[in-house]
Amino acid sequence: MNIELATQLNSLLASLILLTAFALLVQRRMNALLHLFAWQGLLLAVSTAIVGYLGGAHDLYISSVLTLSMKVVLLPYILHKLIVKLKIHKEVETVVNIPTTMLMGIVLVIFSYHLTAPIRELSTLVTRSTLAVALATVMLGFLMMITRKHAVTQIIGFLAMENGLLFAATSATYGMPLVVELGVALDLLIAAFIFGMFFFHISTTFDSLDVDQMARLKEED
Amino acid sequence: MSLLILLGVPLVAALALAFIGDRKLAPEVNILGSAATFAASVELAFQVYAQGTILAGNNFFFVDAFSVYLTVLTAFVSMTTAIFSRRYMRREREHGTLGHRRMRFYHSMFQLFIFAMLLCLLTNNVGILWIAMELATLSTVLLVSLYRTPAAIEAAWKYFILCGVGIALALFGTVLLYFAAEKVLGAGGQALHWTNLSQVSDQLEPTILSLAFVFLVVGYGTKVGLVPVHNWLPDAHSEGPTPISAVLSGLLLNIALYALVRCKVLVDGSTGNHHSGNIMMGFGIISIMVASFSLLRQKDIKRMFAYSSIEHMGIATFAFGLGGPVATFGALLHMLVHSLTKSAIFFTVGHASQMHRTQEMDRIKGLIRGNPLVGWGMALGVMAIVGMPPFGVFASEFLILTATIKDAPLLAPFLLLGLGVSFAALFRRVQPMVSGEVPSWQKQMKVAHIPVILHMLVVLVLGLYIPKFLAGWFQTTAGLLK
Repeated sequence: MNIELATQLNSLLASLILLTAFALLVQRRMNALLHLFAWQGLLLAVSTAIVGYLGGAHDLYISSVLTLSMKVVLLPYILHKLIVKLKIHKEVETVVNIPTTMLMGIVLVIFSYHLTAPIRELSTLVTRSTLAVALATVMLGFLMMITRKHAVTQIIGFLAMENGLLFAATSATYGMPLVVELGVALDLLIAAFIFGMFFFHISTTFDSLDVDQMARLKEED
Repeated sequence: MSLLILLGVPLVAALALAFIGDRKLAPEVNILGSAATFAASVELAFQVYAQGTILAGNNFFFVDAFSVYLTVLTAFVSMTTAIFSRRYMRREREHGTLGHRRMRFYHSMFQLFIFAMLLCLLTNNVGILWIAMELATLSTVLLVSLYRTPAAIEAAWKYFILCGVGIALALFGTVLLYFAAEKVLGAGGQALHWTNLSQVSDQLEPTILSLAFVFLVVGYGTKVGLVPVHNWLPDAHSEGPTPISAVLSGLLLNIALYALVRCKVLVDGSTGNHHSGNIMMGFGIISIMVASFSLLRQKDIKRMFAYSSIEHMGIATFAFGLGGPVATFGALLHMLVHSLTKSAIFFTVGHASQMHRTQEMDRIKGLIRGNPLVGWGMALGVMAIVGMPPFGVFASEFLILTATIKDAPLLAPFLLLGLGVSFAALFRRVQPMVSGEVPSWQKQMKVAHIPVILHMLVVLVLGLYIPKFLAGWFQTTAGLLK
């Protein structure tokens, strides 16, 4: 595989990651959301491996395997189990309607390109143009957390944000130092354990995972 | 060596307490572990005092004047909180609000939380600093929801999501920082070492670092509790168990501010201007204003003191942003005395709300007659926190105010207004609680004397006299922050 081809392949993967981020934003069915999330993880893992090959950074292979096992296998599996156990299939209500959400997403992507413009000029890496996509993925995950009112969807948004961050690390710098990558993965594992517990607590206390019901703690007037 | 003990003890204690579970001696093991940690931290402080900055473990650990006093403070407050929580949590168990499994969980997670905070302070790697900060959040999330009431679960969910998002933004800032550092220092773990970064900070690319700082200030600022990203803080403080409120307010907010200030040093070195300071001053002054006016509206006692914590972290952030030797000295002292005073207040608040079985301030009365230690503890604690002499908070706020009048005179009225409003708000609320007759629903109980007395004594001493070594450390740190 020559460098030129690999670079183009990486750009293609970046655009596909952005596409999955938009798809996550509008998908309402829980199972489809999980599939999309797993696909995003897979794309990220492949892209990480390609960048590792391009830059000769062998640590990135480890990071790629980590992403593959966490984001494609383990987390979707855990979430699937929880969804089955808590009997969540129904459509997820969004706060803002879909076309508006899409438009907001587009604005965020443009904003990301604008924000990272000075950095793209400074970087010498072949992957530099994907940094804007990475930031856009982070922002779209953030938007998803804001516009959705279901605990599981919010978590998927959070994990999509994490995907964007990993993508940013690989595209801007050929990956963070390995010790940091491992630590981040460990934190994510603990977080997975915690939100699993949370889903049970919320659904037993509130009878559903709709976070709109949680409105007790407000400032009184 | 003392570094290994310092980090090893809480980790081993966390594991041991997970096995011990809800036996009779679990609280004692908790206290013993924290006391050993405190002893190790004092030993470390002596080393730093004798040798200056310490680098250890292949440059992985790094202790200087800035981190060492926070390390001792963290270990000290954890120890006194463990002493306080022995009586407090036993009472909660007797009321039947907590079962065996949750007590086991509580003790184990308490130690893990201390481990995470100490790792934040002792690590040299900015990436590990981020990881440890996230670990500190994760270990306390399920402690906030310990009571499993709807409100507690809501508070913990908010805490989890908001701090998760915040810390994710901080990670993006760290990635950008590494991106800039890699060009100068080369790839690999060394490029994230603070000691290396601070030496080459003037060569780091200013455009990247100023962008990174925006993400870092929002990210770590969420954990400091800066307005407008403070929403998790009052909920988490009011719904969690009181010992956890005490360590969240007294320690975690400090550690997050520590992380932010460390990053600020690098950004200032790179850009050579005062932008990052201005951002911090802006966040600080807004936090002070919003928090002090929110104080007026509170009905829940723990919620009120949570807003007071936002106000004080705002003051410290503002002072760090202002910069200069006097303001920085004031900010460092403020972090210390606020932490001690606020945790002492939370100890008395915990006992007061247990005596009345409520956190509503209208139902808490006659504390001084009912239990002099709790009543006087709260009264004196509040006098200290609003900045009355002769307590330490007066000294730190006075320094910060002097520096403000000199360097940023236009902001001084806002600072004064914030301080004045919070003074009035806290006094109006606390005075009816401590004075008056003992109400019929008040129950007597055994309280933990030592933590409150110890904290208030230290705060009093710091108001009258600052030891030479502490002043030396503060001045060294102020030199670092310039």
